[in-house]
Amino acid sequence: MRRHLQWNIKQLTASYAEGQLSPRRLTELALEDAKNLKTLNAFVRLTPEKALQAAEDSLKRYQNKKPKGTLDGVTIAIKDNFCTEGIPTTCASKMLQDFVPPYDATVCSRLKKAGAVLLGKTNMDQFAMGAGTVDSLYGPTKNIWSEELDGDRWRIAGGSSGGSASAVAAGICYAAIGSDTGGSTRNPASYCGVVGLKPTYGLLSRHGLIPLVNSMDVPGIFARSISDCVDVLNTVAGPDTFDSTTIRKPYKNLTLPEIDQINLSTVRIGIPKEYHCEGLSPEVLETWSKVADLLECAGASVRQVSLPNTAASIFVYSILNQCEVASNMARYDGIEYGHRASDERSTEQLYAQSRAEGFNEVVKTRILTGNFFLLRKNYDHYFEKALRVRRLIAEDFLKVFVASQEDDRVDILLTPTTLTDAPLYKDFAGLTNRDQCAVQDFCTQPANMAGIPAVSIPIRLSQSGLPLSLQLMSNSLNEQLLLTVARWIEAQVEFDSLQHRLNLQSTL
Amino acid sequence: MHYSIIRRLSTQPKLANIPKRKWKSVVGLEVHAQIASASKLFSGSGTSFGAPLNSSVAYFDASIPGTLPVVNRKCVESGIKTALALGCRVNEVSMFDRKHYFYADLPNGYQITQQRAALANNGIMTFPVITPGKKVYYKTAKLLQLQLEQDSGKSLHDDQLKRSLVDLNRAGLPLMELVFAPDLETGEEAASLVKELILILRRLQTCSCKMEEGALRVDANISINQEGDPMGVRTEVKNIGSVRSISQAITYEINRQLETVAEGGVITNETRSWDAENRRTVAMRDKEVLQDYRFMPEPNLPPLHVNLKPGSKSTEDLVSVAALSIEIPELPEDTRQRLVAQYSLKPETAIILVNEPILLDHFLSINRSLSEVPTKVVYNFLINDFLTYCNKLNLNVEDCSINAEDIRDILKNLHGENINLQAARQLIELLHNNPTIKVQELIDLHNLQQICNLEQIEALCQQAITNQPKAVQQYQKGKSKALFAIVGEVAKLSAQKANMKIVVECLEKLLKPPKK
Repeated sequence: MRRHLQWNIKQLTASYAEGQLSPRRLTELALEDAKNLKTLNAFVRLTPEKALQAAEDSLKRYQNKKPKGTLDGVTIAIKDNFCTEGIPTTCASKMLQDFVPPYDATVCSRLKKAGAVLLGKTNMDQFAMGAGTVDSLYGPTKNIWSEELDGDRWRIAGGSSGGSASAVAAGICYAAIGSDTGGSTRNPASYCGVVGLKPTYGLLSRHGLIPLVNSMDVPGIFARSISDCVDVLNTVAGPDTFDSTTIRKPYKNLTLPEIDQINLSTVRIGIPKEYHCEGLSPEVLETWSKVADLLECAGASVRQVSLPNTAASIFVYSILNQCEVASNMARYDGIEYGHRASDERSTEQLYAQSRAEGFNEVVKTRILTGNFFLLRKNYDHYFEKALRVRRLIAEDFLKVFVASQEDDRVDILLTPTTLTDAPLYKDFAGLTNRDQCAVQDFCTQPANMAGIPAVSIPIRLSQSGLPLSLQLMSNSLNEQLLLTVARWIEAQVEFDSLQHRLNLQSTL
Repeated sequence: MHYSIIRRLSTQPKLANIPKRKWKSVVGLEVHAQIASASKLFSGSGTSFGAPLNSSVAYFDASIPGTLPVVNRKCVESGIKTALALGCRVNEVSMFDRKHYFYADLPNGYQITQQRAALANNGIMTFPVITPGKKVYYKTAKLLQLQLEQDSGKSLHDDQLKRSLVDLNRAGLPLMELVFAPDLETGEEAASLVKELILILRRLQTCSCKMEEGALRVDANISINQEGDPMGVRTEVKNIGSVRSISQAITYEINRQLETVAEGGVITNETRSWDAENRRTVAMRDKEVLQDYRFMPEPNLPPLHVNLKPGSKSTEDLVSVAALSIEIPELPEDTRQRLVAQYSLKPETAIILVNEPILLDHFLSINRSLSEVPTKVVYNFLINDFLTYCNKLNLNVEDCSINAEDIRDILKNLHGENINLQAARQLIELLHNNPTIKVQELIDLHNLQQICNLEQIEALCQQAITNQPKAVQQYQKGKSKALFAIVGEVAKLSAQKANMKIVVECLEKLLKPPKK
């Protein structure tokens, strides 16, 4: 129906340049689709006026033959934990329900500068604490691949950036920005059948990203193809004076080789045995080994490697996460901004009441636990020890990527992203947030510990007709090779991210 | 352990018989010095004192979600310079930490400081201790740590409306915290340390040291113990707002502790504040609970690296300690030694001059421009007359409108015997009260010229001899001191304007016993 949705970003902007399609028209269609697909609950807020204005401006630039760049007129959605000037940024929480940032996150300002059309803000788990987009003030986001969207047989979108994944999967926008702390971009990408990139820590600025775990957070990118993902990456990556943890080296745009130019014979693929874990579904396992075979057949060297500290990762992640959460959430006291309770008997009472009302149980639990870990008497036993194990996990990766023996070295790790296809909401919601995250983040969060880049790409459909995805990881700043291999796999498996539309015709 | 000793001493009278041991007081200081910088430690907002409320507040200072700290290079450089001037070891890598506590004027719920790895450690300060009526001596205190940290905002409480208001202008201002070892014993020593620190920081221009603006804040840790015993339980006195208060507050607190123990009481670990008006320390209620600050590394700031290589240069990414060490000016103690060597001053004189930077400037510039006047006359006039006048009026020397040029003109007239010392002293007061009028004009206006005319003086002397027959008699009987009375009479008769040297000569001639 929407023929243009099958295009990639380059084709889209080419059609703008030729006058075949206008950014204005595309934006109107996108807003219309967003409305029609409201049942997905992908957006917490659409910004039609600003989007149409941006589209109008873009149109003029194309008419004047002076487009700003690769993303001019391209529709993009932003997770609601990125600050957007003048547009409420809520983190899907009551605490920030009325918070209107006075500034744009660097990621947003770079997208705007490149001419992108920001459609609105997408749903998420409150303060990004979750793996399902089920703990949102605005209700859960549904997976467009669900067997049915009404009743209780619908699938979760994954999380915490479920809204962004859902919006891209539904074809509402070409790309979306999420965040990834333990898998929050790759997990929903995996369930929703789209590409989800977690770049190297420090490659993208976190300025304006409301933090979950500062030392692991990275802005993530959702797209329907690797090529689109690279276009967005090239626009937003690079040093930022507002974020001291960005890599100072100037960013060089990635250009991926054409499919037929990709030579896998020099590429060494590692299959970490620890990722073959409890709870891994046979379908995912089968997908994993099929792609490994595919790579091997194409000339890549594929072999098993070991990342021995993988199993400890989830505990370390849990401790570090809760400590940073306890600290990061300390600013929400209802004084400068955010929810303020009516109880003003004393400053302490005002704090306590505002925080009690503004945070959900998940956030409160993590604050409490985190503060416990940070107590002077516990610090060494928990936080310090977790940091040490974190270093071991990072060293595991270094050992396989930069092994002293050339023969032991691999360039890319191939693993599952999630252990299964998207769970049913009714099954998932029955678990505690802790269990939800522990299971769902198993394969994704080690990359955050080490700061290395990772990408989830959809491979095929499960028996239930849901996307099954795999994850690729590489050494820090090796996005070039990571995405080249991903692109090669993408071309082989020919997964169609929009295939679900057929399924949905009856419900639309 | 110390508790039990005190308790036993106070509750078991038998022990009172054992020979009394001397009580010692132990004092340690923590100084917060606001780094002189155009922008804050981690944000770009301004730092000027007295700006309209909440007008110098970057989004980061108000903890707006998503904002990140970016360390101000100038502040790092100032911290390093200060550390070098205080003999510290600058650390190649230092780190920032979060210190958590809830307070309305702490928007983030934590302060960014340096707890685990400070910018610098192991410094030392040697400074002269000036106690009125006692001989000046030198004292040394170790500087344990110099760390960078951000300041908090200010809470303003309106008791009548039962409201608290917050001003965030101060939030995020750059501070150096200097933690000194408890190497001091008295309030005077503490005040002298701070005085010397102020001199150093001002020379380095790393802190304005305006205590009245809160640019330099001093907390003192104080305990007492008997000789040979381990250190006693300490109290912390906060909010000491002037150099004079430091001495007073600590002396008060030492005496309070001694009295408490003498009365059988026990010293508790508490925070007290200095009530300058009533001159006493009072317990601060809201600080009684022992806080657990739940320190955590600041994840948004990478470790702070500096280049320690000798001869290195600063680059865009890396500050060179060697390059900064070249920029360090002459320090106060070096100046004192130079003054002693170059002008043969007594060490005490050098201390007084250096301790009042304006006085030192005056001294040096007058010496340069008025080489005919002996050095001794210059510093004597500056210290005994000019400084004394300022002290009498309770006026800071730097706030006095009289400049070096004025003093030079006075000394020129004094040296040229155009005026006498009395007139010179009078001129200080006249200049202070008439800041727009020049010295020469004032001399004319107030008719201060010295009387040197021999005939005039002889006439005055004759008159004085007539007025003081008794003194004349005594003098002529050989009591030479009686001459002072006659000289005094001449001074009075001449309205303090006669040239006393000539008067004395004249009187001696006139009163010479007739030849037999």
